[in-house]
Amino acid sequence: MSAETQTPAALELREVRGPSATGGGRRRFFDLLWLISATEFKKSFHGTAFGYLWSLVRPLMLFAVLLVVFTRIFRFDVPNYPVLLLFNLVVFGLFQEGTGAAVSSVLAQEGIVRKTQFPRLVIPLSSVMVALFTMALNLIAVFIFILAYGVEPTWTWLLLPVILLLVFVLTCAVSLLLSALNVRFRDVAIIWTVAATVLLYATPIIYPIDFLEPSFLKDVLLANPLTLIFEQARAWIIDPTAPSAVSVAGGWLNMLPAAAIYVVTCILGVWVFNREAPKIAERL
Amino acid sequence: MAVETSQDGPAATRGRDFEAEPVVIEARGVSKSFRLSVNKINSLKELVTTFSQSDYKELRALRDVSFDVHRGEFFGIVGRNGSGKSTLLKVLASIYAADAGTVRMAGRLAPFIELGVGFNPELTARENVELNGVMMGLERREARGRLGAVLEFAELEEFVDMKLKNYSSGMLVRLAFSVMIQSDAEILLIDEVLAVGDAAFQQKCADVFHEMRDSERTVILVTHDMGAVEHYCHRAMLLHDGEVKAIGDPGEVARKYLRLNFESAPSSGDDSLGEVADVVVEDAWLEDDAGERVTNLEKGKDLHFCAELEAKRDVEGPTFGFTFANPDGVEVTGFGVPLGDLPERVTAGQKLQIRTRIENRLAPGRYVVRCWIHRHRNISDIVLYSPHVLDFVVFGKDEPGVAFFEHEVRFDVKNGGEK
Repeated sequence: MSAETQTPAALELREVRGPSATGGGRRRFFDLLWLISATEFKKSFHGTAFGYLWSLVRPLMLFAVLLVVFTRIFRFDVPNYPVLLLFNLVVFGLFQEGTGAAVSSVLAQEGIVRKTQFPRLVIPLSSVMVALFTMALNLIAVFIFILAYGVEPTWTWLLLPVILLLVFVLTCAVSLLLSALNVRFRDVAIIWTVAATVLLYATPIIYPIDFLEPSFLKDVLLANPLTLIFEQARAWIIDPTAPSAVSVAGGWLNMLPAAAIYVVTCILGVWVFNREAPKIAERL
Repeated sequence: MAVETSQDGPAATRGRDFEAEPVVIEARGVSKSFRLSVNKINSLKELVTTFSQSDYKELRALRDVSFDVHRGEFFGIVGRNGSGKSTLLKVLASIYAADAGTVRMAGRLAPFIELGVGFNPELTARENVELNGVMMGLERREARGRLGAVLEFAELEEFVDMKLKNYSSGMLVRLAFSVMIQSDAEILLIDEVLAVGDAAFQQKCADVFHEMRDSERTVILVTHDMGAVEHYCHRAMLLHDGEVKAIGDPGEVARKYLRLNFESAPSSGDDSLGEVADVVVEDAWLEDDAGERVTNLEKGKDLHFCAELEAKRDVEGPTFGFTFANPDGVEVTGFGVPLGDLPERVTAGQKLQIRTRIENRLAPGRYVVRCWIHRHRNISDIVLYSPHVLDFVVFGKDEPGVAFFEHEVRFDVKNGGEK
């Protein structure tokens, strides 16, 4: 790429393949992803008096309300319930905020998409990255709470990245799917705000899954990949006596529906986005 | 219509033989269609309710377009609105995917087709220059290293840490242009860049364009400013309805473009009224004081506007009016053929010529000449309305307002008052 190589011999015609999800080289892709995510993240703190604190306020407020409701009114008897709730809300925040921002991201970046050759994949992924940065900062606060609450650190805390990676990958896949579909059907974004709220309750965030008797409803919840991820997180991080994901599901075999949905969602997200990417500019 | 090609002409006389240069852009049989559904489906409900009817209109934006551009060439693409020229640029820039055909390219391409795209108003100039550099394919370190040169060219060094949202529009354009110039892209795609900025900036653009014309860089300029085409381009291509109508000498291509414009102006519904083309504008042009055809005019120099019309049918009591509109659509001035000179009738096949000398008080900028022809001496009985028979640029020092008038200004400071 340097100027010295610009001899006529270097002028080899290469086919222009048109727009794609990742077009323009791998290094450019990751540079752009990093730069855009980092600047978007910084931007969210600029111009506000309390900056970063605001990103903590939302989960904390929800946390405070739910804590009062479920310990004072419904009187849940769950070990370490306050920190479990806080941890779950912050990690679920990655999914909720990531997908929520990504769904309309491609439409919002219309100018870039229509006027530049830009790797389309960067756009929804950078929304997820911003949510990831926010969550990482919040997790620091969460772990201070967890220690202050008196939870003993265990070696399984080291497995936290596995949990986060599973949530992160799913968030990316859903973001790709939604952002590509939203270009075609503008009401996907509206539907998703409702669906994301439904998911908050269809995932054991504010209650542990063992509150439920075996039933059709429980089977549905167990087919939600997030259910098993959050249950395993509870066992690893908050309460070592809590059942693992395997025992929650009732055996390895019963984890298959959730695992299948997880894998299919990931493949579908990548496939749909890849298929739509070359046409996004025309559809805006 | 057959594609007429003329490889020599002024391009060769401009001192560089591009035939010998390697081809850096090669397009072969590029086609692109858009499926426009008559009712655009934008929501799921519409999808469900309109599922059965597939009301699609196929718009063929590009049909079998082939051309080569050699290294170092300044290549113009001209055509009316909707002729496919912007679509072609987007295919070249990998923004659209072609349906058929191949495009091959050698060298690094600037991925922008418009100035300032990708700027984030919430970020400072420093951050934006880095972001833009990375978009151009530079490494982040390289992109940061370029900051000094970019700001120096744009003369914006003091504002490096100011957010772009606080920039004036002039500063923004300067920065955007500078980013483009300072990128080391070997191929630049430019869509109507000359239309941006104030007169002083347009002048700067013009200088840079002249420089680029003589550099190793390959530039593709899409425009409908025939002045710019004749000024800068070594070669030009005329697109019409997505087809290549001509490739070759820019002057010739510009004339073909104008001719094509007038042929289709009365009948094509997109920007003209007149249902029946009883009279058509065959040709329209400007002359300088020496009687030479020109496309640009210096501020204050008399305007010699000329037009040739042909009557296609008999018209009773015709009247002819022309106006000059600036880019804001304001009709700054105009004229009509005096009543005393008007014939009682024109008959089919008759040619009419109009020659004028108009005192030029137009402020610098681009002007479009519009034409009205009525019959029965009645201005509501329109035979022809053509909103664009000619466009031209008045250049010179910028002044406020839409017109300028000779003026003398006296300025005194009166002493006195409290002392």
